[in-house]
Amino acid sequence: MAPLVLTAPQNMLARTAGELVSKHGGVDRQRRLRDEGADLGYSPEVWAEMADLGWLGIPFAEEHGGLGMGMAETVLITEAMGRGLAPEPFVSAVVFGGGLLADAGNAEQQTAWLPPLIDGEKRLAPALLEAGSRYGLDRVETMARVNGKGWSLSGEKVQVVGGVGADGFLIAARTEGGDDGLTLFLVPATADGLEVVAQRRVDSRNSAIVKLNGVSVAAGAVLGDVGGGLEPLGRAVDRATVAVCGEMLGLMTEAFERTVEYLKSRSQFGVLIGTFQALKHRAAKMFIEIELSRSAVMAAARALDEDSDDAELQVSNAKARCSDALILVTNEALQMHGGIGMTDEHDIGLFMKRARALEFAFGDAAFHRQRFARLRGF
Amino acid sequence: MNDLSVFREEARAWVEGNAPEFLRGKAADPNAWAAGGRKAPFVYPESRDWLFAAADRGFSVPTWPEEYGGAGLSRDEAAVLHEEIGRLALPLPLTGFGYSMIGPTLLDHGTEGQKAEHLPKIARGEIRWCQGYSEPNAGSDLASLATSAVRDGDFYVINGQKIWTSGADQADWIFMLVRTNPDVKKQRGITFILVDMASPGVEVRPIRLISGASPFCETFFHDVRTPVHQVIGEVNGGWTVAKALLGHERTSIGGMGRGGARTSLPDLARDYVGVDELGRIDDPAIRERVTQCEMDAMSYGLTIRRHGDGLEAGHKPGPESSMFKYYGTELNMRREELMLSIRGPQALGWEGEGFEPAELTQTRNWLRSRANSIEGGTSEIQLNIIAKRVLGLPD
Repeated sequence: MAPLVLTAPQNMLARTAGELVSKHGGVDRQRRLRDEGADLGYSPEVWAEMADLGWLGIPFAEEHGGLGMGMAETVLITEAMGRGLAPEPFVSAVVFGGGLLADAGNAEQQTAWLPPLIDGEKRLAPALLEAGSRYGLDRVETMARVNGKGWSLSGEKVQVVGGVGADGFLIAARTEGGDDGLTLFLVPATADGLEVVAQRRVDSRNSAIVKLNGVSVAAGAVLGDVGGGLEPLGRAVDRATVAVCGEMLGLMTEAFERTVEYLKSRSQFGVLIGTFQALKHRAAKMFIEIELSRSAVMAAARALDEDSDDAELQVSNAKARCSDALILVTNEALQMHGGIGMTDEHDIGLFMKRARALEFAFGDAAFHRQRFARLRGF
Repeated sequence: MNDLSVFREEARAWVEGNAPEFLRGKAADPNAWAAGGRKAPFVYPESRDWLFAAADRGFSVPTWPEEYGGAGLSRDEAAVLHEEIGRLALPLPLTGFGYSMIGPTLLDHGTEGQKAEHLPKIARGEIRWCQGYSEPNAGSDLASLATSAVRDGDFYVINGQKIWTSGADQADWIFMLVRTNPDVKKQRGITFILVDMASPGVEVRPIRLISGASPFCETFFHDVRTPVHQVIGEVNGGWTVAKALLGHERTSIGGMGRGGARTSLPDLARDYVGVDELGRIDDPAIRERVTQCEMDAMSYGLTIRRHGDGLEAGHKPGPESSMFKYYGTELNMRREELMLSIRGPQALGWEGEGFEPAELTQTRNWLRSRANSIEGGTSEIQLNIIAKRVLGLPD
């Protein structure tokens, strides 16, 4: 495995990403977007700037206009976004959606969608979850029925991240009459019978219900093989999972640093509360959990980039670790801030709300421990 | 990467060619591990053969320079060598305080003469070392130690008592902290000094522990004389050396939390608990604990690795050793507790019939492991150090 340290260009990328997020207002921007209540939930000008910097092309081959970088770089972007609660749909549109297209799509599909995605002109949204899915990728009830030379899609996807304003959706459906496998479809948002309804989640991000009322698509809308969708979907989900871990790492680091600063500035009983050993020890334990999380995320990113045999194990290890650490840190952060932490005016609650969404993205800690055990065969 | 795979071939061939048949698969047997020394017998003669073969090749202390008996390996190469040794579930050829603590400390802080005098003897397993830090009234508050050393010509004369001196009854030399100035802030009057345990006035009494073993001793010093050239670092500058050495100790104790060539938790659970029709450990609660332990060990191993990669890339070493000591020991203790749960009543054996040898070893190892979070600075002290030196929280 490549060394678990950042190279000079990676350090530069991490710094630039952090500066971009801060320049646009950091956490204040997320608060403002929430208060404005727009369904889009993010800033188009920030998305455009990310495109200008080439970041929307980080994981894609240079022939499509991408930068040809890997997960080791991708997590640096998401970490910076996590620190500043930046709500742009980078993971869903680029890592997950674009990644799935780059893996399973044919040349025509890739040519049609990847360059405009990389340029920031068009956005993809993978529609993964249904109300009864929980974390099972194959728990899909949306049906694809043969319709002339094409297909007709019926069903309802929920919590489609970045779904509001997306130009195309990646949809997994069961195919009638075939084997039990899943088939992936690339469906333009303009398709007849496709309806997008904004959803409100606790983290105030762009989220949508996508209703498919007998949506007709041509045979050319199938991504990869009919009935063969589960494998590329699994690979894309693993990459998206590690990208999410990067965001979790950024978020927990920021929430922790803010909390340590609070311990150094808040006085009670005539002394700084950071002098209390009951709080010191808990802070030290959080520090260790964050360090372990960072190692796990860096290793998982490199394992995917190097296509190692243990890549899936590393992914589940990272997601389980980050989920547990993130919930520990954000809950402790609120507790240590005391009453002020419960107010909407204070930022720490924003971190806690986003943390929950990240915990449940692509499987929580218990899910990934089960997967780890299954992969290890015990 | 290619160089490492070449070295792996070389290391594998060497291990295959030199490791005694008898020791293969004995990594979990404490009797198979050798720390050398003049007094200490090898329980198995094969352990001596293994040590000597390794010493001839520099592999008893693989990362040390060749002039001091090492092989001058990089950290990555040494890791490969240890993986190859672990692949056959062999003990390392050499263990002990010389290898893990005073050796690295001398490499960092010793004079040329001190290195030449002591390091080759450690590498060849000729001299076994013990550590004289704690005293009856200086435990967690180590800097309050009172054992005194007073200069008399070319010698220091030492008086006082040390406690928890691991293996003092089997050691040939001791590295210790003594008070050379009682009139300054307590950390500033401490000197790090080396003493031959055969010197007149040294008395050792083993302490019997809850595990029934006596790995620790009380060590008494009555007018013990040691030459002034055995002072490591500056006189009254011993606290700096001690902290560096404690870093090695914490990393060494913490290292026990890593995976490696030990009992496999999943295998043990399959044996004792059984498996369901899908081949899973047939107790969801035990299975979950095994999974958690395995994943914690994985992330912990990756963190040690990341720290090492950072050092190699030129990052300055910080107070991370406290994190490794804390987490590695807590993890090891959790693992021991889990192995008790897995074995159930069969983990209750003390000696005699009705228990397998591995079960009897388990009982003793579990009891021994309870000291992990006490020795080398308690878990609470490690958390204090992190809070102060890493997080900058106020006193």
